[in-house]
Amino acid sequence: MNKMEHALHELSEMDALAAGTSPIHRLSPLTKLFAAVLDIVLVLSFGKYDLSGLAAMALWPVALFQISGIPVRTCFRKLRVVLPLVMAVGLLNPLFDRAPMLHLGGVAVSGGVISMLSLMLKGVLCLMASFLLMATTPIDSLCAALRMLRVPTLLVTLLLLTYRYVGLMTRELAVMTDAYRLRAPGQKGIHVSAWGSFLGQLLLRSMDRAQELYSSMLLRGYHGSFHYANVRPFGTADAAACAGTAAILALLRAVNVAELAGRLFTR
Amino acid sequence: MHMADALLAPAVAAVMYAASGTAAGISIHQLKKDDDTRKLPTMAVTAALVFAGQMINYTIPGTGSSGHMCGGMLLSALLGPQAGFLSMIVILAVQCLFFADGGLMALGANVWNMAFYGCFVGYYLIWRPIMRSGWFGSGKGALRSRIIAASVIGCIVTLQLGAFSVVIETSLSGITELPFGAFAALMQPIHLAIGLVEGLVTSAVLVFVYESRPELLRELDAADAGAGKHSLKTTIAILAVLALLVGGGLSLLASGNPDGLEWALFGNAENGYSENMGLDEEKFGLTSAAADKAAEIQEATSVLPDYAFDGSDAPAGTTVSGIVGSALVAGAALLICLAGGFFRKRKRAA
Repeated sequence: MNKMEHALHELSEMDALAAGTSPIHRLSPLTKLFAAVLDIVLVLSFGKYDLSGLAAMALWPVALFQISGIPVRTCFRKLRVVLPLVMAVGLLNPLFDRAPMLHLGGVAVSGGVISMLSLMLKGVLCLMASFLLMATTPIDSLCAALRMLRVPTLLVTLLLLTYRYVGLMTRELAVMTDAYRLRAPGQKGIHVSAWGSFLGQLLLRSMDRAQELYSSMLLRGYHGSFHYANVRPFGTADAAACAGTAAILALLRAVNVAELAGRLFTR
Repeated sequence: MHMADALLAPAVAAVMYAASGTAAGISIHQLKKDDDTRKLPTMAVTAALVFAGQMINYTIPGTGSSGHMCGGMLLSALLGPQAGFLSMIVILAVQCLFFADGGLMALGANVWNMAFYGCFVGYYLIWRPIMRSGWFGSGKGALRSRIIAASVIGCIVTLQLGAFSVVIETSLSGITELPFGAFAALMQPIHLAIGLVEGLVTSAVLVFVYESRPELLRELDAADAGAGKHSLKTTIAILAVLALLVGGGLSLLASGNPDGLEWALFGNAENGYSENMGLDEEKFGLTSAAADKAAEIQEATSVLPDYAFDGSDAPAGTTVSGIVGSALVAGAALLICLAGGFFRKRKRAA
């Protein structure tokens, strides 16, 4: 499987997850957007040495994953994209911040190690929040929510259209890459002689296709905006979900639950 | 170069969102004014193509490695800077939402680092001046050379700016212990090489488009009509100013300290640096009675009281009980998972 087929697989996986019917799926997209953004902001607001406080922040997303029936595993597979970059920045922390901060059974743990670990944990928690949002919200609902938030129509429609075309273009390029590879065995990528024409051919064809697409949109009565079908309105359940999530997250942010629980056993 | 959420403090993320949002607002306004909204399907299709095209590996002759294409320059050369910028925003949004490449909070910063520089700086300061210049004489071959020069210079400059912004944003967020200068010294050379390769790949695609359908490229008519209008001198002057700006910014900030701007602005009084920078905390009213009161209010009302510039928070949560507690939390999370699995299985059986 080449890189593009992997991407296609990931796209269809997200689509399948978002088509679920759990209580979380049934909430308004606005609620989920609010919860995800609040969660990420609170996670990022933790100090760089506050490892135990961050750990407790994992509880609520994990519970939501279970309620929505989304396997945590699928989310962790995406860590391979997030973690390398975060690691690249955090990995040098132990070298620069060597002041011992904690003694654990005779072993001194430096501040750099703790800040590196908390940085990685932040990466995981932020990923969980945005993954949960996308795994329970189809893209049209998300676009409808963005419209409700007064994000300009042009941008939202562009997002929706591009998302539709990403699948198509990726499929086309996957086929082209496979065809190229079969004709050029033992070659790692596109040869320099085909650098321009490989993508250029598809680009020219696609530009024509876009013109036809626009003509057909006009013929079907398009005049500047789309209508979003079955978007769940913001109801009482949503208000309750917003308030509940905000309260739980604020509690986890304000009170170091992990520290409290630990004290029960260490003193 | 996609930044993850974890690399940004909320305040930095918010500032970058505001900056990118403003640029997007202006772009949309301009597109509407020029009635360019009918370009919408073209923008969507091209954006999707660039998204997929960035996954193609191009073999670099003579080496065992491969490179990728740079989206910003390609999109702005095909669609113009405003439409290109919006298309880049959408590409970055799809990458962040569906592929975890980047992050929801970091989207503003990523748009700025990759789309803003690639489209606006790349178009107005590099693509347009070079295409309108009299470089390489006149004729078809000269235009082709100009396209190659503009793509390569554009990719290198915009990637350097983007990489430098990543360094600034990460340092301001107090994330890394890596001194600012060392971080920049690590990032800039890597992106110099990447920029060169990306520029060559991008120019190959653009030259192909030029040879088969020249009307699709921006600024080509202008190049034919006004060849020599902007001389080589003007272009070099613009590039020199740009280099000075970047270099000046680098040397000003690259003072080899982890605390970034705050340190640079207010200095370190104990070491006598505050005189050097000419910015004193007292002079800035940071220690006045009013400021104290304001700080108290801020402390009381702030949602994020821990977010401070100095980055030397009290080592909260680093006690032994904190670690034991974290283990308990992990256990609790596992229990929640197991319980969820148990109930789902029962539901399926029922």
